[in-house]
Amino acid sequence: MNLTMNVIEENEKSILNVSGEIDAYTAPKLKETLLPLTKEEEKTVEVNLENVNYMDSTGLGVFISALKSAKESNSKLTLVNLQDRVLRIFEITGLDDIIDIRAAIRGGNE
Amino acid sequence: MERFDFVEIKVPAKAEYVGVVRLTMSGIANRMGFSYEAIEDLKVAVSEAITNAVSHAYNEKEQGEITIGFGIYEDHIEIMIADHGGSFNLTEVKNGTGPYKNTEPVETLREGGFGLFLIEALMDDVKINNNYGVIVLMTKYVSEKEVDIDDDQVSTTQ
Repeated sequence: MNLTMNVIEENEKSILNVSGEIDAYTAPKLKETLLPLTKEEEKTVEVNLENVNYMDSTGLGVFISALKSAKESNSKLTLVNLQDRVLRIFEITGLDDIIDIRAAIRGGNE
Repeated sequence: MERFDFVEIKVPAKAEYVGVVRLTMSGIANRMGFSYEAIEDLKVAVSEAITNAVSHAYNEKEQGEITIGFGIYEDHIEIMIADHGGSFNLTEVKNGTGPYKNTEPVETLREGGFGLFLIEALMDDVKINNNYGVIVLMTKYVSEKEVDIDDDQVSTTQ
């Protein structure tokens, strides 16, 4: 029921690896880490959700504010490697049309 | 009257207990034979309802409790989530929910308001009683009857 994160900085790209569950308790922690990354000018912020096995609307809220913040600083937000269940939450709410999502890796995932 | 088992738990209205209730939900749903998919739906729906109750309690600056009741029937589960804070304006809440249209500019995207929408999308039936605090009553059937994500036939008026 916890969330762990680490950030990898490359030249024009920040990669945020997230693992655990995103809910009302952990979402503020995610926001605290993600938002500063999106405030940097002209960067690509890639959030790797491969190891996130649960997310609800509190996570959507964080990604929406990250998207807004990225636009303001001419940066790009991309979510990658979403598990089916997490992707479904974006699909139901129509947010998969608005946020750049590179969906799940199927099969080859251990 | 149809026979059922009843499980009730009370947790402090704090975000750290959302996950605790989710685990309980998962255990009960698993015991009842819900599919993996349906268990995930139930976990999200229950978490959303508790998150609403928690943020509500937080806004009211009161340290309340949330009561969760699970009515376990042969072929379905009824989940009742009650916060005992003040009531909110249901019409207002409902108007602020719904899926996005990709024509909406990013600047106007809401950061909240999907909780209730997700509950309605994931459960078979949802009722909300707003008389004393807020009580959310939601039902899901064990059968393969899945609510299509494009259907929003679920009603909250009763």
